[in-house]
Amino acid sequence: MAWLVNVLQIVLFVAASPLLVGWIKKLKCWSQNRRAPSILQPYRDLAKLLRKETVVPERASWVFRLSPYLIFAVAVLACAIVPLLAVHLPTAALADVIVLVGFLALARFFQALAGLDVGTAFGGMGSSREMTIASLAEPAMLMVVFTLAVSMGTTNLASAIETLLHQLPLIRPSFVFAALGLALVAVAETGRIPVDNPATHLELTMIHEAMILEYSGHHLALIEWAAQIRLMLYGALLVNVFLPWGLAESFDPSSLGLGLLAIAVKLGGLAGLLVLVEILLAKMRLFRAPQFLGFAYLLALVGMLIHVILEVG
Amino acid sequence: MNELHATLENAGIAVTILPPLPPGEVWQIPSQDWGQAAQIAQSLKWRWSAGWGEEIVGAQRAVPRYRVNALLAKPGKYLLLRTEVPQDNPQLPSQAPYYHAADRSERHTRDLLGIHFLGGDTRRWTRHRAWEEGEFPLRCNFPVAGSRQEATPPDVAYPFLQTQGAGVYEIPVGPVHAGIIEPGHFRFQAVGETILHLEERLGYVHKGIEKIATGRDMLGLCRLAGRVSGDTTVGHAWAACMAMEQATKVEVPRRAAFLRAILAERERIANHLWDMASILNDIAFTFGYYQLGRLREDVLRTNGKIFGHRLLMDRIVPGGVAVELDNAAVRYLDREIDRLRRELDELVTIVDRNASVGDRLYTTGVLKVEDAIELGCVGYVGLASGQDLDVRRDRPYPPYDELSVRVPVEQSGDVGARFWVRYKELRTALRLLRQLLERLPDGPTRVDLAVPEEGAEGLGIVEGWRGEIVSYVRFGPDGKIARFFPRDPSWLNWPALERLILGNIVPEFPVCNKSVNGSYSGVDL
Repeated sequence: MAWLVNVLQIVLFVAASPLLVGWIKKLKCWSQNRRAPSILQPYRDLAKLLRKETVVPERASWVFRLSPYLIFAVAVLACAIVPLLAVHLPTAALADVIVLVGFLALARFFQALAGLDVGTAFGGMGSSREMTIASLAEPAMLMVVFTLAVSMGTTNLASAIETLLHQLPLIRPSFVFAALGLALVAVAETGRIPVDNPATHLELTMIHEAMILEYSGHHLALIEWAAQIRLMLYGALLVNVFLPWGLAESFDPSSLGLGLLAIAVKLGGLAGLLVLVEILLAKMRLFRAPQFLGFAYLLALVGMLIHVILEVG
Repeated sequence: MNELHATLENAGIAVTILPPLPPGEVWQIPSQDWGQAAQIAQSLKWRWSAGWGEEIVGAQRAVPRYRVNALLAKPGKYLLLRTEVPQDNPQLPSQAPYYHAADRSERHTRDLLGIHFLGGDTRRWTRHRAWEEGEFPLRCNFPVAGSRQEATPPDVAYPFLQTQGAGVYEIPVGPVHAGIIEPGHFRFQAVGETILHLEERLGYVHKGIEKIATGRDMLGLCRLAGRVSGDTTVGHAWAACMAMEQATKVEVPRRAAFLRAILAERERIANHLWDMASILNDIAFTFGYYQLGRLREDVLRTNGKIFGHRLLMDRIVPGGVAVELDNAAVRYLDREIDRLRRELDELVTIVDRNASVGDRLYTTGVLKVEDAIELGCVGYVGLASGQDLDVRRDRPYPPYDELSVRVPVEQSGDVGARFWVRYKELRTALRLLRQLLERLPDGPTRVDLAVPEEGAEGLGIVEGWRGEIVSYVRFGPDGKIARFFPRDPSWLNWPALERLILGNIVPEFPVCNKSVNGSYSGVDL
């Protein structure tokens, strides 16, 4: 039963991630008085890309061909670690949150390599920018993880969340800071405004898009899909770690249904918050990104210190 | 003017004063003094405005020669310098060492007419690979239909400036871009993200405008001029018509002049709205992009409804206009002004108060005042860098001689200054539009133009939305066009981009480019 729910959850993660992107687009259009495309548009885009011919540059090596599969596979594996509907999942017990950070780093490593592989100026530029941001985002992410781990006494996400669920719903100051830190990291890692603009056509300003300019067809579909999964992953991480209520602890249909409802409401609300930030802010200058991520690190560090000073003992 | 004349004479340059071409005087000088005259004019703070060459044949000249023109300007004054070179040895000293703006113009003249400017940049400009070496499409013996090759060879081996050193790398961008924009190639030399050098390579949308203009009638030329650059169709058509009306010595009716100005101000309003929107889009402030874009769309729809064409193409015709406004339409346009003002006030306040927008716009892409002077920038690029120039005020043509034009000038020269200069010009345009509608006189909207005599010339200079537009027309036999040269303001503003981008980082280029927004089509001709 546990394995079945586990597989179902991973499938749901992968299948629902375009829906989240569609929802964000819808909210964004509404907030700007525009008519929105269907919420299913990301699915149609993926289907279109899967049907299209896949063109590979002549000088591309195996890295270029392998990367889309690897990036997608790693994104799916990462889904196994983050609880979406329920906590007692076998795969969540197998790997802890540091493995998750490692998975994300692995995908990024291959993405950057693939960007460099074809030797175009834009690919190299995108990879260089991505690595600049990654090198600052990862420490901040790890610091958030450590704050969580020290508070809960474990680096395993499932057991940390379970501990949280059994505690009184009180606001932990350390978690507030850690959540803010993680939110900033998530914005940077998923390439949203104000760090990157996923909708731009200006090749010189791109970060994530610049690395994948040479991809087409099903390669591009896999990379786009993986990016959507990553967005959902960070969303689920934020809401389920810091607002875990509603997660199913048993596998009966009613609690799973409640879990589904809870995550839909939480992610929908988070998307609203993201859209609000995106319409209020212009994209910042590239060289402000390090300051932005430095601030994320600082927030996580403050969270850790607050835990040590206020909450221990 | 007198000072320049005296200085030229003192330098031993023989100046022949020819009949004037309003609004300019015409002086002819010997070809060997072409460069030195530029040096003197530059030292006396004359601005280089336009340059073109022409071949004069037929009844006008027994021995065919090439004539080279350079239009110099001071606020309110224009001077057309001319010289002639023999066909068997067409060369003369370049003016580019003294006037940066003359560089691309001279290269264009050399590529299309085979006149060599000594001491200038010898790299080709407009000539990509479409013609054989030794073929010059603007010469009279070259067929208007062109000499079509099976396929144009790829344009390789253009000698870009190279940089060397540790960590310096080259980024080629374009001519095919990720978005739907005009084609142009930009070659960056960068260290990390910092731009060391930028070189533009344009000419990808060469349409042979100058060649296909020959042999057209007046209406045909007017239609062609309206297609030099699609976003400036009113400006170019007005300048070309003004030149033809000068040549035929016709004055357009007062009502027609007012209607032309209404069209021109509406073109300015729509384009400034769109530029402001696009600048905000390039910094991913999508709220501003969609809202200002919506206002621009409203203006275009009103254009379509009242004038019958969204971009106002072919509304200006030789001798007047092809539109008429009844009282209901005047009231409609007047109400639109109030609505635009109200919405703009609200929107612009939001943009102005957003710190993240300010952070991107200010101190980005600074064009220093000295550089703007050196390059001779006009329009909003010049205004944002202290160049207080506006033809509507400095050398007013009807109907602006009856109105007062407020010209906004900024000194900081950054993207923000170019953004706000556009906004202020937009407000001025709205004010002018209201005055034009209020004072719109009755009367005819069009007069017929007599067939001009062979060799009749005219110069049309108007303030388009990008800045000063110069249009030169010379007639051949039977009232057909012998030479047409439209000088879009982008000729003078494109080089500014190469200058203002230095020291900025690569991802700031799109917003800097958008803040200049040169027309590719307008300079590729």
